[in-house]
Amino acid sequence: MDTMCAFELKRPTNVAEASALLAKPNARVIAGGTDLVPNLRRGLDAPATLVDITGIAALTALDLDRAPRVIGAGATLAHLAGDPRIGDEYPALAQAAAEVAAPAHRNAGTLGGNLCLDTRCVFYNQSEWWRASNGYCLKRRGDTCHVAPHGKRCHAAFSGDVAPALIVLGAEVEIASVDGMRRLPLAALYRDDGAKHLALAPGELIVAVHVPPAATGSHSAYGKARVRGSVDFPLAGVAMAVAFDGARIARLDVALTGTNSNALSLAGTETLVGRAADDATLAALGNLVAKQVSPMRTTVTASNYRRRVASVLVQRLLRNLAAEHATD
Amino acid sequence: MARRLLKLTVNGRDREDAVDDHALLVDHLRGIGLTGVKQGCDAGECGACTVLVDGEPRLACITLAASVEGQRVETIESLAQNGRMSRLQAAFHEKLGTQCGFCTPGMIMSAEALLRRHAQPSEREIRAALGGNVCRCTGYVKIVESVQCACAAAAGA
Repeated sequence: MDTMCAFELKRPTNVAEASALLAKPNARVIAGGTDLVPNLRRGLDAPATLVDITGIAALTALDLDRAPRVIGAGATLAHLAGDPRIGDEYPALAQAAAEVAAPAHRNAGTLGGNLCLDTRCVFYNQSEWWRASNGYCLKRRGDTCHVAPHGKRCHAAFSGDVAPALIVLGAEVEIASVDGMRRLPLAALYRDDGAKHLALAPGELIVAVHVPPAATGSHSAYGKARVRGSVDFPLAGVAMAVAFDGARIARLDVALTGTNSNALSLAGTETLVGRAADDATLAALGNLVAKQVSPMRTTVTASNYRRRVASVLVQRLLRNLAAEHATD
Repeated sequence: MARRLLKLTVNGRDREDAVDDHALLVDHLRGIGLTGVKQGCDAGECGACTVLVDGEPRLACITLAASVEGQRVETIESLAQNGRMSRLQAAFHEKLGTQCGFCTPGMIMSAEALLRRHAQPSEREIRAALGGNVCRCTGYVKIVESVQCACAAAAGA
């Protein structure tokens, strides 16, 4: 792999200090580094300063006794996957965290890092030499998206597993900068443009995620298709939160990853409210997904496969959660 | 180029070394002679560089050395005591879990972290713990058997 670019590493111990460092030009934040370090080694960025936030103890705190629950952005994915309180109240979140890459990645990787994962594409996640030989691409240094050469935007796919789970759970992100704090519904953090997929201003840092308590009797889950079951980014990932009234759907929220440049909130699920989770409902839900996802040629797996597998995953989740509800 | 003095506890011994801010943990460890830490894919995908940081498996090739300042780092070199192999090492030797040997240090460090948490893991738990460690000889059956053999040896001891 390519050698690492030179930078200065800062290790602040509180958020104010981190924000001041991130306000300087050409500074980037690093936490677990499982996404950023390989990208830096491929020449996908060359920051002058890296601000390592893993020394900020306050960012790893979880407060699960208040409403909304507050989960520090520095909590590791291994922690989220293994904390029984998360698994009991938010199965989708625990499952999504457990499905990120492999154990060593989850020990390093953080909640905030996974939410801010860079978008991915076969024309982007390559060495400097490879990309230079191909005339670079729209996401970095080039002017053409090789996935859609006549299009006007980058189609790299958002591939974070945790975002769709937190979107269906109704989460907000708390963002710090030198100008103060702000909150944003998580779905609004993402834009459907692979080169500018995060609605964060320069210098902004996600410090925590706020999640409303799960409603009594609600169910949630996350399902993921990937090339190798033990590691790998999603070809498609689907999160679902559902509540039933008897055998009928009372509320249904679905979000997807791996198929678009944003974490996609599925529209139209309200049309299924009042229906039982029977074959016709499953088919209708599968159709909603197939119509709204737009997987492009950003992986070595065919786009159509990813569209179909997303549709299958969402149906499987609803069938499983309806069965789970029936045994409650 | 930014440099710093880095304090780490490596295989039980405190040390302080001058490193570049952008130095990777894999290069630092190999540079101080711990060449049991293998550079495989060198991109965080194969697990050959797995070391323990504060007891948990981490990939040294995508970890900045300076980011683990003050923490305990353990490599494969820490396992043998007085020239005697650890249980896991002996089991990999006896059960032929080592084929070409290149993935073995990473496999053993991932398994070591598992067995410290969980003395008698199921086969499924062993496979999950080793999920990020790739063997290009593809001899996974022998590797899993080796870890099971080490558990059996521990139970019999």
